Amino acid sequence: MQQFSKSFRASIRQYMMIIAMVVLVVFFYTSTGGKFGKPMNVYNIIMQNGYVLVLAIGMLLPILIGTIDLSVGSVVAVIGAVAGIMMYRWGQPVWLTLIVCILCGVVIGIWQGFWIAIVNLPPFIATLGGMLIFRGLTLVLLQGKTLAPLPSSYVQISSGYIPDIVSNIFGIESNMNITTIVIAVILCLLVLYGQLNARKQKLKYGFQAPGIPAILLRVFLISAAILLVASRLALYKGIPFVLVIVGVLALFYTFILNNTTIGRYIYALGGNARAAELSGINIRNVKYGIFINMAIMSAVAGIVFSARLNSASPLAGQSFEMDAIASCYLGGASASGGIGTIMGALVGGLIMGILNNGMSLLGVSSDAQQIVKGLVVILAVAFDILSKSKSSK
Amino acid sequence: MENILLEMQSITKEFPGVRALDNVSFKVKEGEVHALVGENGAGKSTLMNVLSGWYAYGSYDGQIIFDGQECKFFNLRDSEKLGIVIIHQELGLIPYLSIAENMFLGNETASKLGPLHVIDWNECHNRATEMLNKVGLDENPETLIKDIGVGKQQMVEIAKAMAKNVRLLILDEPTASLNDQDSAHLLDLVRGMKEKGVTCIIISHKLNEVEQIADAITIIRDGATIETLYRGIDEFTQDRIIKGMVGREMTDRYPSRESNPGEICFEVRNWNVEHPLYEGKRVIQDANFDVRKGEIIGFAGLMGSGRTELAMSVFGKAYGKNITGQIFKDGKEVQLNDVADAIRKGVMYLTEDRKGAGLNAIDDIRHNITIANLQSISKRNVVNHNEEIKVAEEYREKLAIRSTGILQTAGTLSGGNQQKVMLSRGLFSNPDVLILDEPTRGIDVGSKYEIYTFMNELVNEGKAVIFVSSEMPELLGMCDRIFVLNEGRIIAELSGDELSQEIIMEKILTDTRKRAEHATIQ
Repeated sequence: MQQFSKSFRASIRQYMMIIAMVVLVVFFYTSTGGKFGKPMNVYNIIMQNGYVLVLAIGMLLPILIGTIDLSVGSVVAVIGAVAGIMMYRWGQPVWLTLIVCILCGVVIGIWQGFWIAIVNLPPFIATLGGMLIFRGLTLVLLQGKTLAPLPSSYVQISSGYIPDIVSNIFGIESNMNITTIVIAVILCLLVLYGQLNARKQKLKYGFQAPGIPAILLRVFLISAAILLVASRLALYKGIPFVLVIVGVLALFYTFILNNTTIGRYIYALGGNARAAELSGINIRNVKYGIFINMAIMSAVAGIVFSARLNSASPLAGQSFEMDAIASCYLGGASASGGIGTIMGALVGGLIMGILNNGMSLLGVSSDAQQIVKGLVVILAVAFDILSKSKSSK
Repeated sequence: MENILLEMQSITKEFPGVRALDNVSFKVKEGEVHALVGENGAGKSTLMNVLSGWYAYGSYDGQIIFDGQECKFFNLRDSEKLGIVIIHQELGLIPYLSIAENMFLGNETASKLGPLHVIDWNECHNRATEMLNKVGLDENPETLIKDIGVGKQQMVEIAKAMAKNVRLLILDEPTASLNDQDSAHLLDLVRGMKEKGVTCIIISHKLNEVEQIADAITIIRDGATIETLYRGIDEFTQDRIIKGMVGREMTDRYPSRESNPGEICFEVRNWNVEHPLYEGKRVIQDANFDVRKGEIIGFAGLMGSGRTELAMSVFGKAYGKNITGQIFKDGKEVQLNDVADAIRKGVMYLTEDRKGAGLNAIDDIRHNITIANLQSISKRNVVNHNEEIKVAEEYREKLAIRSTGILQTAGTLSGGNQQKVMLSRGLFSNPDVLILDEPTRGIDVGSKYEIYTFMNELVNEGKAVIFVSSEMPELLGMCDRIFVLNEGRIIAELSGDELSQEIIMEKILTDTRKRAEHATIQ
């Protein structure tokens, strides 16, 4: 949980984005007469954006080293196709399908990483090629047809939720999913513990540490957000599996980027590649790892997305890469590398998702939505550049 | 002939923390070849950049009078309009454009078609051929720049200058990257230009060439003009020029240190390195050197002599291809296969290119210090942030890095403090052998002294330091022994009484001459 506090401190830009997100939420809540905040709608926002958030988390790594991966949408499609063929045509079990899908992701990553890290192709070109190749492969595999339906246990990955175990055990009769609330409270306590523990460590080293009131305020704000979302979800079905996947990935990658040597190598490579090399960092391995990771994350998104569609479609995943890239930039990542956080990418992705959902509820046509989203990306980054150049003067 | 074409009066130019030019005055007569000499960093290039308008009027103090008129140049175009053309050390040609295209870039023969300027290619090629004839270069103007050698590229630069109706041509180290034949040709060309009435200012380290060609020589040292020598009036020999360049008092510029070297700590034998891009081109040939514990050795040599290439190739093959030779550390042969390997085995190199290959300018001081040795503050690859803060604070204090704190972005520090961050990184990797490549480049005098002091402390702790520098005085002031490099070879090892700038210079010049003779015999 220490990561949260770190990303709060990380940049004013992120505060700005979080504030912007809150403003958007309030705006849509009032302008839709509360429809936006209905339990089912909160659930929908998570379902609609789960795979984009997974991709945004994955995409942050290439962006941190100053590149992008264009093949993401096509990889999502080809993984969906593999899943469809395994289960629909060959009748293989779900668990085997999942393993094969992830392995396919690894293979795709090795292929792309080979061109980027070993042959030194610019990632833009290598993944542009990948985008065409994997889209074509999808069409070949599916012969242009959509395979549906998929087994219901597979579909559960996307539409399932954590069942209300607590109510069942204790025999509580309630219209709320008590388990959701229990999990949320446990999370809040973990946040509190994490913050206090970090403070204790700092004091042990004799450093200045934030005071107890500051920590309580921070924990209060985070807990309020967690409980707010949890209460909505509890009134509907409960915590969707997708949210669990996104949450676990977000925490894991935040930890990797903030607390491990590999994370530091990635930031160093993005900040100054030559300097990283002369500091003894094996640039080739880092690059290779990043693109393998991206492909695995695309595979995860491919599974989530095909489960949500309940079909393997040759058109799946089109322009997903752009949504993921936009989320990262919106969340404060720098196009030239070295700057960006998982938290930022998530907030960026959520802002896009909230805009989509809110505008749909308001009856804005999807054509106009595109224009608004495009403008938001440009304005957010322009604002960032202008505020930076002002502060540096 | 006695007409003064250019007069620069009391030019003062300051950069943050450094006074690059201090009240410099400089006169050039019409039709002469005027050489400008001085050590690296003495201010020659800065002076010429002031003259050409690269540093706009107002960013310096003083006056420029050209052809009797006071001039205020705001950019290169302004000075070019009056016929002042500067040819930089790094050629300003675009490799994938043709000779003719390069020659008239920004100066095209074009006719107007509405808002467009349409280039008349026939006219362009005619004029290009005419200019190429003038400089005696027999090439098709449509040939791409990348397809001709450096010597010919230099000719194209001069032809380009001629196309601009040049009156005063400034050549910054024109022969630095040329072989002797090309250099001779170029000097002939300069003489030819002189006959056509073009005045030349030539900046050069090759004093033998200066001695041959110049009518007058102005010597600059530490941002001030020392003297101007005239052919036929003053003594006009290389020795005399060197004396002018060097003649400074050396007391107190370098902290003193008791020299008591221990055993040999690091030794390199029969080291050969090929160019990373041009396979087969030897950059370093049969280099042998060693450094003892508690000793500072220096690598001296002119630009392009292979100092940095040698240092980097030793540092885990960070430069070059097909490297052969042996490295011994504490008497045992070791393989340093990559940078990480070298650091692990106690060898660290800090780059001369602080901005390009050293600092991560967008990250903070703390991360910049720890990056080369993260493992030491990590458990199972998880970095202990508090430990990291402790380390960073320790070095910030120890090296007196002036900053708002360890969280200050490294790019916002002054040059001297950036260098101290680099030095902290080097020290934190805990090396036995520390290679410092131009550690004092572009930093102010005070920081220089601090860095020298620090080097001495290291050596007193029993570490070995290899000091690579293009500023000979600091090598002489700091090193126990100096290895002199020229054209990729170590040509001399000097110690004790031999440590003088005259001897180093002489060694380099003799070696260059010998090689030139050897080349002509072949």
